[in-house]
Amino acid sequence: MIEFRGVTKRFPDGTVAVDGLDLTVEAGKVTVFVGPSGCGKTTSLRMINRMVAPTEGTVTVDGRDVMAGDPAELRRGIGYVIQQAGLFPHKTIRDNIATVPLLLGWNKRRARARADELMEVVGLAPEMAARYPAQLSGGQQQRVGVARALAADPPVLLMDEPFSAVDPVVRESLQEELLRLQGELGKTIVFVTHDIDEAVKLGDKVAVFRTGGVLAQYDEPGVLLDRPADGFVDGFVGRDRGYRKLGFLSDELPLTELPTVRVGDSAPEGWSLVADADGRPVGWVSGEGTVEQSAVLPGGSLYEVGSGSLRSALDAALSSPSGRGVAVDGDGRVAGALSADDVLRALAASRADEAA
Amino acid sequence: MVWDWIPRNLGMLGELLGEHVVLALVPVLIGLVLAVPIGWAAAGNRALRTVLVPAASVLYTIPSLALFIVLPAIIGTRILDPLNVVVALTIYTVALLVRSVADALGAVPSLVVAAATAMGYRPGRRFVSVELPLAVPVLIAGLRVAAVSNISLVSVGALIGVGGLGQLFTEGYQRNFPLEIVTGIVLILLLALVVDGMLVLIGRVSTPWTRAGANA
Ligand SMILES: Nc1ncnc2c1ncn2[C@@H]1O[C@H](COP(=O)(O)OP(=O)(O)OP(=O)(O)O)[C@@H](O)[C@H]1O
Ligand SMILES: [Mg+2]
Repeated sequence: MIEFRGVTKRFPDGTVAVDGLDLTVEAGKVTVFVGPSGCGKTTSLRMINRMVAPTEGTVTVDGRDVMAGDPAELRRGIGYVIQQAGLFPHKTIRDNIATVPLLLGWNKRRARARADELMEVVGLAPEMAARYPAQLSGGQQQRVGVARALAADPPVLLMDEPFSAVDPVVRESLQEELLRLQGELGKTIVFVTHDIDEAVKLGDKVAVFRTGGVLAQYDEPGVLLDRPADGFVDGFVGRDRGYRKLGFLSDELPLTELPTVRVGDSAPEGWSLVADADGRPVGWVSGEGTVEQSAVLPGGSLYEVGSGSLRSALDAALSSPSGRGVAVDGDGRVAGALSADDVLRALAASRADEAA
Repeated sequence: MVWDWIPRNLGMLGELLGEHVVLALVPVLIGLVLAVPIGWAAAGNRALRTVLVPAASVLYTIPSLALFIVLPAIIGTRILDPLNVVVALTIYTVALLVRSVADALGAVPSLVVAAATAMGYRPGRRFVSVELPLAVPVLIAGLRVAAVSNISLVSVGALIGVGGLGQLFTEGYQRNFPLEIVTGIVLILLLALVVDGMLVLIGRVSTPWTRAGANA
């Protein structure tokens, strides 16, 4: 557990980066600090591992004041992932990851074995071990950054906009993987971002900061979207918050049957879903006649039964050329269809449940 | 045959070459050892930097012959002591390298240094295993200038009787024997090329990561 008690940070030039922060970060959970640029997220984060010293107040990790004791010792027990990864350009990937174990005095062989193990955990191919950071893509470098932070198995992980420099597709996969990892490891994670989508996706709790380093609201993401504390939070959370809220509802949707055709089959009138030999969706064709490969239109996003949220279900329906969203099972095979109306009905039902 | 002079004096030439190498390169090593902490201090503190770096540059402008002659009075050596040359060239090396070290350390990305600190490096170990290795490319550039410049400056020492291959110039001039002078020039040139090449090689071997991006 990490506690901020009346923490203020005033820089020598007079800038107040953090102002009277009181906040408790729960152990084993992901807490996200979000807010506009310059609102003191990074400064707050860096006070946890004493990279910045508070001007007033105390920060404690598991009850111990971080300002007491040896800073290097403290930092070795706290994983830290920064934007652009901050990898050591002159060290191989393996040695980058082995940094903290080596600082803790592990022998080389054990530290390297641990590094290899972590490369697998974060999904890096073993042949990358001997490469240098410059030989990796941005997304791979971020994985190395995460692996390096996890190397000595610290209970606390600080992440400062770790995924902001990679493209949206890679970012999404890194986010998914962080959630998967967290499911296994159960670390106390403090994650900084200025992206509210990322915040509500990753956070068990979200702290919204406003400019001047004041905490505006600290709540679970669903609550944040439902009941913004004030106009600032409302404005920051944004116009789409009703739509985002769909991401937190995951009622089972009733699926309708969805017959499929294969390339070369003869299709009936109207829209038909084309599937491959394994029953995985390929795209849509419209109109009667033999299905030609060239006539297949790419399909929309897919809704995975069970794992998906109402948001992904609605998106599947809206992005499908036929207006019928494709639901797939865990193996990616067509499971049925759903429409935007189905999603809205499910939403109404869940609201009624909530109100009851 | 005048050319006979070379094979007949191989032993003497070898001796002078050895002396030249020692006189030129020992100061490079000592200068490096001295310049690293001074450069570190200059890189870490702006006020120190504004004093140290210009001061070092001023040192470099002192004419070498003047330094060779003045030094015995200052450090109490005999006028013909080779130590004068070593000390003088060490001063030049420090003067050159302080700036290199300060620049090289200043060029280490602050993000990387901050990451190292956040991983739990203490300053000393961080300097040795993160900052110094990353400074090597700029440092090697400085060392190349210092080494080549020292190799040429040693010959000036011949005027006070300790100059390695430079003695071939003074002697050849006195005896009006151009071959001796040309031999000296060629040997000094070759020595400079070889030492420079070795430094380039050391630089390459110790910085494999600098070429990693290109063949990714
Ligand atoms: N070393 C420093 N000296 C003076 N002011 C600083 C220093 N570091 C940060 N600040 C100021 O403190 C405020 C908060 O900075 P901080 O880096 O914590 O913001 P942030 O919320 O992380 O912003 P961003 O989203 O842009 O990263 C800013 O106004 C910044 O200019
Ligand atoms: Mg920041």
